[in-house]
Amino acid sequence: MENIILKIINLNAYYGNQKVLKNVDLEIYENRVTTILGPSGCGKTTLIRCINRLHELSPGARIEGQILLKGEDLYQIEPMIVRQKIGMVFQKPNPFPTMTIYDNVIAGYILSGIKLSKEEKDKIVEESLIKSGLWDEVKENLFKKGTFLSGGQQQRLCIARALAMKPEILLLDEPTSALDPVATSVIEELIIELKKSVTTVLVTHNIGQAGRVSDYTAFFYLGELVEFGKTTEMFTVPKSKKTEEYLIGKIG
Amino acid sequence: MNEKTINRRIFNNKLYKIFVSSFSFLSIIPLFLIIYFVLIRGIKYINLKFIFSMPKPMGELGGGIFNAIVGSFIIVGVAALIAIPIGIMVGIFLSEYKEKKFTEIVKIFVDTLQGIPSIVIGIIAYLWIVKPLKQFSALSGSIALSFIMLPLVIKSTEEVLNLVPVDIKEAAYALGAPYHRIVLKILLPSGSVGILTGTLIGISRILGETAPLLFTAFGNQFLNLNLLKPMSTIPYLIYVYATSPYKDWHNQAFAASTILIIIVLSINLLGRFIEKKWKT
Amino acid sequence: MRKDKVFKIILLLSGFLIVALLSGIFLSLVFSSIPSIKEFGINFLFSKDWDPVNNKFGALPFLIGTLLTSVISLLISIPFSLSISIFLSEILKNKLISNIFQTFVELIAGIPSVIVGLWGLFILAPFMRTLQLKLGIQPIGVGIFTASIILSIMIIPYSASIGKEVISMVPTEVKEGAISLGATEFETLKSVTLPFSFNGIFAGFLLSFGRAFGETMAVTMVIGNSNKIPDSIFSPGQTMASLIANEFTEATTKLYTSSLIEIGLILFIVSMLINILGRLIIRRFKF
Repeated sequence: MENIILKIINLNAYYGNQKVLKNVDLEIYENRVTTILGPSGCGKTTLIRCINRLHELSPGARIEGQILLKGEDLYQIEPMIVRQKIGMVFQKPNPFPTMTIYDNVIAGYILSGIKLSKEEKDKIVEESLIKSGLWDEVKENLFKKGTFLSGGQQQRLCIARALAMKPEILLLDEPTSALDPVATSVIEELIIELKKSVTTVLVTHNIGQAGRVSDYTAFFYLGELVEFGKTTEMFTVPKSKKTEEYLIGKIG
Repeated sequence: MNEKTINRRIFNNKLYKIFVSSFSFLSIIPLFLIIYFVLIRGIKYINLKFIFSMPKPMGELGGGIFNAIVGSFIIVGVAALIAIPIGIMVGIFLSEYKEKKFTEIVKIFVDTLQGIPSIVIGIIAYLWIVKPLKQFSALSGSIALSFIMLPLVIKSTEEVLNLVPVDIKEAAYALGAPYHRIVLKILLPSGSVGILTGTLIGISRILGETAPLLFTAFGNQFLNLNLLKPMSTIPYLIYVYATSPYKDWHNQAFAASTILIIIVLSINLLGRFIEKKWKT
Repeated sequence: MRKDKVFKIILLLSGFLIVALLSGIFLSLVFSSIPSIKEFGINFLFSKDWDPVNNKFGALPFLIGTLLTSVISLLISIPFSLSISIFLSEILKNKLISNIFQTFVELIAGIPSVIVGLWGLFILAPFMRTLQLKLGIQPIGVGIFTASIILSIMIIPYSASIGKEVISMVPTEVKEGAISLGATEFETLKSVTLPFSFNGIFAGFLLSFGRAFGETMAVTMVIGNSNKIPDSIFSPGQTMASLIANEFTEATTKLYTSSLIEIGLILFIVSMLINILGRLIIRRFKF
């Protein structure tokens, strides 16, 4: 039996008058990787931006419906707290260019003015970088700028930065779309590895990636949730015609 | 993270927004204060007689500023006639010869020219024109103002030409058109609105310049149309009247300022409006 | 293709014209300053005697007056211009309102200097006089401080628009990175946006300082025109630019004119250095 950590109930999201998500109901299970799959423009990025409340920052953006994290309505809590509990990694690696690698990892603490002792900081930095598989590559250069790293390393630094906040859910918004195949496979292995400690929601339009890393897949088309189920099942016997067409490359 | 710190952070964030918004609004208050006081003190003295009659001798009441209005238009007109063609040519040069080292130097020089205090430009026009001709002249004023306008025309020309898509140029090349025709018949017309904007902003700027005219065009109590003689301008008249001891002249300075501020800001706004219209 | 050749030569010549113009300006200033440089040497900068009657000239009071007014005006302007930069790029989300607000800010820079001076002389100075009376300072009204206020109004638009431009260049994804970690907008600004755009903002301050340094008319009208070293920020004074504006046409001897031109030369050199430095910083920032 799976544990539901996040429950999305009848979610509608808008940019101005444009409705980009329509009546979405979705459950995310604890310590599993769930893929949000679909062609571009289907609202997948909007969905995860609703989950950590980044959506509302865009001009004219608003939502209807509920998103419950362990039964608690995310839209009744301060957005800053929501974002600390739900980490996010973006399409393009975005380490803070003015900070060192070390400071990038603990950036969440620096930004919100949380005072940590030297030992605590060192511990968080080491743990997070180990989890993101970057420790061995950067431990000699912790006090160099993060922007000197390669694209794949930068993206893992961003994952470390999100993990450092000990989030309950990690949102990955097409994290490999700007990376080469080698860096991509490193990140994919990392996602599988991370499953032990954190629930992951992965947005991708890459069917192969969804198949390789995820336990569950939600297929979106034109703002609607078409099908949700175990990845293995959906990829072998899709219930919906739309899903099947997408999987064999007819739409997308 | 306890509730107290969260609340403090939210409070700080609100404080920041209030602080930034209110300081921003405070900064534009002088704009309205200046326009308001100039208009309120000046507008009642403006009538056809004020615009179309000549100044009275020092100390006498009444009189108008016709000579200064005419002078301003002549001096600024001549300055624009000098600055516009040269400015456009330099602008074309900067956008067409981007890779050259020399172009970088010219760019820095244009920036530097723009940064020279206008009073120093006045000294130069004095040394180059007034001294050799041994008298103050409208022409020397025009030349000083053209130096101030030049960088504005250059920059807007360069900027707008850089925005012209390469394929338009390539299409013309493909038709076998000679280079100078491509530039003059294709590039310039597609950038004309930008150049017009730069020109209007430049004119509105030099219409209000006073410092470079103090010892070039100087001033003239009489209506003068000769470029080689001293000529009055509105800003110069405002300065002289404002710093004089006569109450009546103070009032006339406000009236002249009302006219000047309306002309200058209208041209400035027109330039911006055209630019916005064109960009969207 | 002879026409093409001629056209290209004309273009190249127009570039040379700019170089020639600026070099000419510099050389003319140097050349005309020679009598004064010969007579006073480096002492010109450190002598406080400006005595046309005895043909003795020293620029110290005006150097001090210029530095005081431009530094004070810069200090006054910083909180305002920085606020506008942030307000326009980070807080105002509505494009139309933001455009209108920015136009207002830029219109301030469009008001002719002589009109700002007129306003300063007839409205601000009397107001300062009342204020000084209440504070128990000698009520002169005009002076260094009044000139600084006027200057700060005039330079705010410059650093504000440069600041807005560089802050807008901070990539959205970097800012969202901070927000996604739970930072507030203020914390994002403080730890991510401002450090990122610091050089550009600094260059904006530098360029607006350069503006204040050479601004003439408005200052001339409200600074009080006293050739002594000011003994407080409320006393009347003189800047290099206002001195030239006031005395150039009165200069009767060659040495007098030459001394004024040497002050013009100093203005030219300082504003050139400030401009080149500022633009270099901004250009480096853009790439």
